[in-house]
Amino acid sequence: MMKLSEMTGIEISKMIKSGEISVKEVLQDTFDRIDKTEKTFNCYVTVDKEYALQQAEKVQKLIDSGDLDDSPLAGVPIAVKDNICVKDKLTTCSSKILYNFKPVYNATVVEKIQKAGMIIIGKTNMDEFAMGSTTETSAFKITKNPWNESKVPGGSSGGSAACIAAKESVIALGSDTGGSIRQPASYCGVTGLKPTYGTVSRYGLVAFASSLDQIGPLGRDALDCAALYEIISGKDEKDATSMEFDKFSFSDIKNYSLKGKKIGVPTSYFGKGLAPDVKQRVLESIEIFKSLGAEVEEFDLDIIKYAVPTYYIIACAEACSNLSRYDGIKYGYSADSKNILDTFIKSRSEGFGLEVKRRIMLGNFVLSSGYYDAYYNKALKAKKLIQDAFFKAFDKYDFLVGPVAPDTAPSIGENLSDPLKMYMADIYTVMINIAGVPALSIPCGVDKGNMPIGLQLIGKPLDEKTILSAAYEFQRNTDFHKQCSPLL
Amino acid sequence: MNYEIVIGLEVHTELSTKRKIFCNCTTQFGGEPNTHVCEICSGMPGTLPVLNKKVVEYAIRTGIATNCDITTNNKFDRKNYFYPDLPKAYQISQLYFPICRNGHIDIIGKDGEEKQVRIHEIHMEEDAGKLIHDDWEDCTLVDYNRCGVPLLEIVSEPDMRSAEEVIDYLTKLRSILQYTGVSDCKMQEGSLRADVNLSVREMGSKEFGTRTEMKNMNSFKAIARAIEYEAQRQIDIIEEGGKVVQETRRWDDANGESYAMRSKEDAQDYKYFPEPDLPPIIIGKEWIESVKNNLPELKDAKKKRYIEQLGLPEYDTGLITDSIHLVRLFEKTSEICKKPKIAANWILGELLMRLNESGKTPEDIDFDDSSLGKIIVMVEEGKISRDTGKKVFKKVFEENVDPEKYVAENNLGLVSDTATLKPVIEDVIAQNEKSVNEYKGGKQQALQYLIGQCMRALRGKAPAQEVQKILKELLDK
Repeated sequence: MMKLSEMTGIEISKMIKSGEISVKEVLQDTFDRIDKTEKTFNCYVTVDKEYALQQAEKVQKLIDSGDLDDSPLAGVPIAVKDNICVKDKLTTCSSKILYNFKPVYNATVVEKIQKAGMIIIGKTNMDEFAMGSTTETSAFKITKNPWNESKVPGGSSGGSAACIAAKESVIALGSDTGGSIRQPASYCGVTGLKPTYGTVSRYGLVAFASSLDQIGPLGRDALDCAALYEIISGKDEKDATSMEFDKFSFSDIKNYSLKGKKIGVPTSYFGKGLAPDVKQRVLESIEIFKSLGAEVEEFDLDIIKYAVPTYYIIACAEACSNLSRYDGIKYGYSADSKNILDTFIKSRSEGFGLEVKRRIMLGNFVLSSGYYDAYYNKALKAKKLIQDAFFKAFDKYDFLVGPVAPDTAPSIGENLSDPLKMYMADIYTVMINIAGVPALSIPCGVDKGNMPIGLQLIGKPLDEKTILSAAYEFQRNTDFHKQCSPLL
Repeated sequence: MNYEIVIGLEVHTELSTKRKIFCNCTTQFGGEPNTHVCEICSGMPGTLPVLNKKVVEYAIRTGIATNCDITTNNKFDRKNYFYPDLPKAYQISQLYFPICRNGHIDIIGKDGEEKQVRIHEIHMEEDAGKLIHDDWEDCTLVDYNRCGVPLLEIVSEPDMRSAEEVIDYLTKLRSILQYTGVSDCKMQEGSLRADVNLSVREMGSKEFGTRTEMKNMNSFKAIARAIEYEAQRQIDIIEEGGKVVQETRRWDDANGESYAMRSKEDAQDYKYFPEPDLPPIIIGKEWIESVKNNLPELKDAKKKRYIEQLGLPEYDTGLITDSIHLVRLFEKTSEICKKPKIAANWILGELLMRLNESGKTPEDIDFDDSSLGKIIVMVEEGKISRDTGKKVFKKVFEENVDPEKYVAENNLGLVSDTATLKPVIEDVIAQNEKSVNEYKGGKQQALQYLIGQCMRALRGKAPAQEVQKILKELLDK
């Protein structure tokens, strides 16, 4: 028999449904791995075995009675990023200011995965409030890259990507505001999807930048991500920005041919700053698409030069407003103080980390009177131009291909000292969130240091199907996604 | 020197929708602190607002009734400020694209001529909670029940020139809001609040003076007093060679004076930006038309209909239509008793008398709105006497009793069936031979005497007309 840790969620769910293995046994296997390696990798803020076993008992009954036959991931353990609310369970956003916060309600995605019979095993570590790209800004712990302990797992969904790479979970939910699913997926050698803005409800996702945040799946392959995307997507009455759209069905991605499909390759994604190994692997991947029958054409996406400043202005502006509610009174960390004003000030000063404070200040600055037009308004105009550039590209191409990040995972401590460098490394991912389109990161090999490299597939709005299908085809013909860390 | 007072108003009105603007919590006033709250209106992390469409409809109604242009492409914006009664630390409001613009309300000006007060804009927003200072425990508590109650802010142009004009504008505006069913406008409960922007200038000057903003007036009277106080204060400053400072002032009605709250320098930067959690609301022509077609009857139309179709006197009509609460009671009562004139008489007679006696106003009416109609039906059908009706109404007014039950339980009903009345009347005839003979001899007063005797024997519990009818039949036999 294949080892559980090498199987995908869909394969595990099939085995559970056929009675070959129980939900509890699958959980036990996962917990054994957590017990073995979690001390090293620090993927989780919270692991809740008791809660997982409670869910498992209910789910096993539903599977036995055939009520979950239609759910492709029934019985599968899932890790949830710690900025997604699970009722009565710690939801900290890896911030001291929410160190003890337990929501009174479930996020819509949590309701959906539980309805589909998935078992929440824990909440994953992240950059504080999803601000960062290394998971080092977490107030609690530093997650290590399962491929190399001295490297970061990427971020902000670093825990969600690392727990899959470390085989401490089968699948996970992350959130992506400027690359926070794709970049850690790339660094950790897993598959991750940032869906079209508005296809997955944000209700219960603790907001960072509301117009950019999107919840999405991370998993062992494109098919698992597609199955989880099918489960979590759909219009939600509780999220006014969620859209009505044709139901996505994960099994559809199997009936796709790359023959005659037109792939656009933005030349601006291959300019200065791109590591040679990354460039090489991405170009090789493009050759693979060609060999599968796709037509590839280079095109100019020069507008990329506005992406990072546009992103940081919009994201910080929204963040400073979204984070104003944490005052140390209603919930979370409360500093001891003589009077109320001091309590507010001290709670925020002590409760937020450096990166979060930096972005709160940036956001307040760009929104303040006299600067609004020069920054925020201009960023909104740039956003429109970036969207138009993508729409224009999609008139010609079925999807776009490029790198996820300029380089593989940096060493721990390397990036924090230079925030500007860190921000610039987001250049290939933040544009996608500004445009609101879907994008996927899939493993496409390793660099000289044996660190994984990600390939980014960018789709038309609401066309998750094409990029997931193309990824599925790619993964059927390659085994990069099956390679795993030498440490395991 | 002669001065002209220049006044513009910002009126906040709480809408009478059943649900809050961005969640399903009730908007009911009162209620134990923090019982009308959920994770959304208490601003818990991760929650999102979903717009209550009724709020948009009410805003459109108000816009139509105040002659505004309705904005097609509506957006919400965030107004960021920190205050403990605002759990998200921002208020969802409209800055860049308010739902209504360029309207006007007609008032009677200082010179007695009709004049227009222009409406600059009307926008939708959410209310904040309330801080309660507990002196006993020496602490401040917060009640979020009011968080998310829908508000309209109605901003006028600086077109008013006296306290009288302001009061006339507010009276007209209140009538519009009440008649359109948009708000109950109870100032004591805070569902109508007005901030006064006031400046003074030399008569004839085209330039505006420096203005102040005044808050915390809880009645029309307080507003009028505050205006007179503030105008005089500013004039005194100018006369003494000083300069008016742009600031926000708080009115203290008990002491009849205002004091500075914050100056322009301390004014907050609200860092407005478009609310990313709410998509634009497109208001098409069809929506506006359908609201227009379903707009409740406004005051002037109602007046006209009462006079022309119901035949009510103009004076009575005026008294009733001055208060939406009287209008509602009048229409309900007429619907039950089918006699609008009689309904009007009871309201203007008995009801106003009771209100006067108890020092209450029509908005304080708290008895069941069908009770007066039921009383009138009983009186008109002869089931109770008019005097009994008035007594029952007093009981209804004071204790909200069910009039029909009250009459039955206290045995106040009139006996009108012949079978019960006849033996009693026959008895009276038998015992008053003298009067009977006088009547038969043509003496009409004798009949009145006999009727009186019958009523006495019946202890007043029979309709006099019925008694007279039976008595005459028996005598004339």
